[in-house]
Amino acid sequence: MSNPATLAAAVVGADALNRTGHPSDHHRGARPRPTLSRRNILLYGTLGLISIYYLLPLYVMVVTSLKGMPEIRMGNIFSPPVEITFQPWVKAWAEACTGLNCDGLSRGFWNSVRITVPSVILSIAIASVNGYALANWKFKGSETFFTILIFGAFIPYQVMLYPIVILLREMGLYGTLWGLIIVHSIFGMPILTLLFRNYFTSVPEELFKAARVDGAGFWTIYFKIMLPMALPIFVVAIILQVTGIWNDFLFGVVYTKPDTYPMTVQLNNIVNSVQGVKEYNVNMAATLLTGLVPLIIYFVSGKLFVRGIAAGAVKG
Amino acid sequence: MHSISVKDLTLNFGAVSVLKNLNLDVAEGEFIVLLGPSGCGKSTLLNCLAGLLDITEGQIWIKGKNVTWAEPSERGIGMVFQSYALYPQMTVRGNLSFGLKNARMPKDEIDKRVARAAEILQIGPLLDRKPAALSGGQRQRVAIGRALVRDVDVFLFDEPLSNLDAKLRSELRVEIKRLHSRLNNTMVYVTHDQIEALTLADRIAIMRGGIIQQLDAPQVIYNRPANLFVAGFIGSPSMNFLHGATVDGGKAFRFGDQTLSLAGYEGGAILDRPRVVLGLRPEHLTLTDRPEPGHTLPAEVELDEPMGADSLVWLQTGGQQVSVRVPVEGRLAPGTKVHLRLDIPKASLFDADGEQRI
Repeated sequence: MSNPATLAAAVVGADALNRTGHPSDHHRGARPRPTLSRRNILLYGTLGLISIYYLLPLYVMVVTSLKGMPEIRMGNIFSPPVEITFQPWVKAWAEACTGLNCDGLSRGFWNSVRITVPSVILSIAIASVNGYALANWKFKGSETFFTILIFGAFIPYQVMLYPIVILLREMGLYGTLWGLIIVHSIFGMPILTLLFRNYFTSVPEELFKAARVDGAGFWTIYFKIMLPMALPIFVVAIILQVTGIWNDFLFGVVYTKPDTYPMTVQLNNIVNSVQGVKEYNVNMAATLLTGLVPLIIYFVSGKLFVRGIAAGAVKG
Repeated sequence: MHSISVKDLTLNFGAVSVLKNLNLDVAEGEFIVLLGPSGCGKSTLLNCLAGLLDITEGQIWIKGKNVTWAEPSERGIGMVFQSYALYPQMTVRGNLSFGLKNARMPKDEIDKRVARAAEILQIGPLLDRKPAALSGGQRQRVAIGRALVRDVDVFLFDEPLSNLDAKLRSELRVEIKRLHSRLNNTMVYVTHDQIEALTLADRIAIMRGGIIQQLDAPQVIYNRPANLFVAGFIGSPSMNFLHGATVDGGKAFRFGDQTLSLAGYEGGAILDRPRVVLGLRPEHLTLTDRPEPGHTLPAEVELDEPMGADSLVWLQTGGQQVSVRVPVEGRLAPGTKVHLRLDIPKASLFDADGEQRI
């Protein structure tokens, strides 16, 4: 569900949040150095090289997607387009054919939206309550329950594929969007619960006690005390889930039918179609379109992170 | 009717027994301080009273009602925490009214109570601020206010002043005492600071290992400690202990080659005991240059520590170390030979084996 990169990004984000909890921190840190020291040249040189290494393929994709087929056949993949055309983008979005449908990636896009939004809301809603209960309302066997749940994070998905097919078939949900939504929600549970439990554990216990003396029950404490303080971790969870579910291919291809394929599966079918000419420009445009949502999430979340920090920076 | 009555309270965490068969009765309007070293169970006991911990055995009665299994909010208590525990996303007003809103109190009643608490604690100008914009002292005032608006009979304080600096601590200490005399409700106050305990309490409960060692007025605890632990825990600088034996049918105390008359000792039958401990506070010893056999001890000055108003002199006598509080003008050079006069009526005698006061 969540690839290592997103997880790492989310964890780094959470770390940054934690660090801002100590307002005095940014008074420390190293003394400023002269801009053109050897150390700086080495550091930024390396950073620049690595950036180029990662940005080059993106550049090639963008450039190719803006060229017409004749220009592509000339073979200069690094040269900028002589004649900029948006036709490949239009085709990828609205006209490209997969199977019997010739309405482009738009169908897959809306399917993915219809899968991602409910899955993210459902999984985060349940996992945050799970984490809150496991952190603050310890019951007999809660630790065991938590251990079992975490163990779920280490079971390879492939093992579960077929049993879940049977399960969904018996429930009459196989091949439907809701079937896939349930699968995503379940598979997001271990890591999200861990995330929320750890966050709520770090909230001072006395706050919880004070709320109980003030007559607040399970839900009142959750909604009025914990939720407003947990904004940063919700942002982290949303990033994790949106990117993870949007990028998912395996579950999408197994649990849906051509009509309900998510965008990633449809992209694969467009790019890997063996009939006719390989339309590289359309393929590039389609790939960029599919990657757009996680990209936007990363860019926007940077700002959200800052806001999350502002909301979470109140130390009691 | 007792305000709080704890009957045979036992609390186990798994195999560990934290509170053992504990009994405690608190009179109405009384200020009780639970005092003890870390891990003695004092905060645990407070949490049990508040209903934040489920007890293993026993009963808790508050205001004549059995509240052993009642929710914290149903017990008629207000609680103040060491870390203030203010809700960070709410204003001071929101913090004060949160509990009242949960109780579905009408809005004008809430406003009235918040205004009254703000007036008593002088936090009126802070009502629309967030906790992050308050100083430590102000935060603790708000935390007290949160207990105040609940209009309860019993206040529970869990080391409320431990996070404050020394000056603020003494200011708020006075304020809590003033609050108590104004509201006259029952207060149970947990601390490890004996000055707080001695200044605030009507009665102090000294705890160790989940057991109340002594429950008495501060003066009694200070002057007539029930056992060696209490004697050593209360008082700073701490009590001197001389190890020896009682002889002559309990009329004299012998240690090393010295013999002291125990005439005037206030306590039970002393008898002849082979192992006893004579406890004397530094202010119950005086230095003199006239020896008087049976009443004074020869001693040699080791060093002295000036402490402002007076000075603490450490001496060796009969191979044991004692400290004496003397006026600061009487500073003595190390090695000076002096004699110690002991105020036996104020001394405490303990059985070295049972550690209990004789």
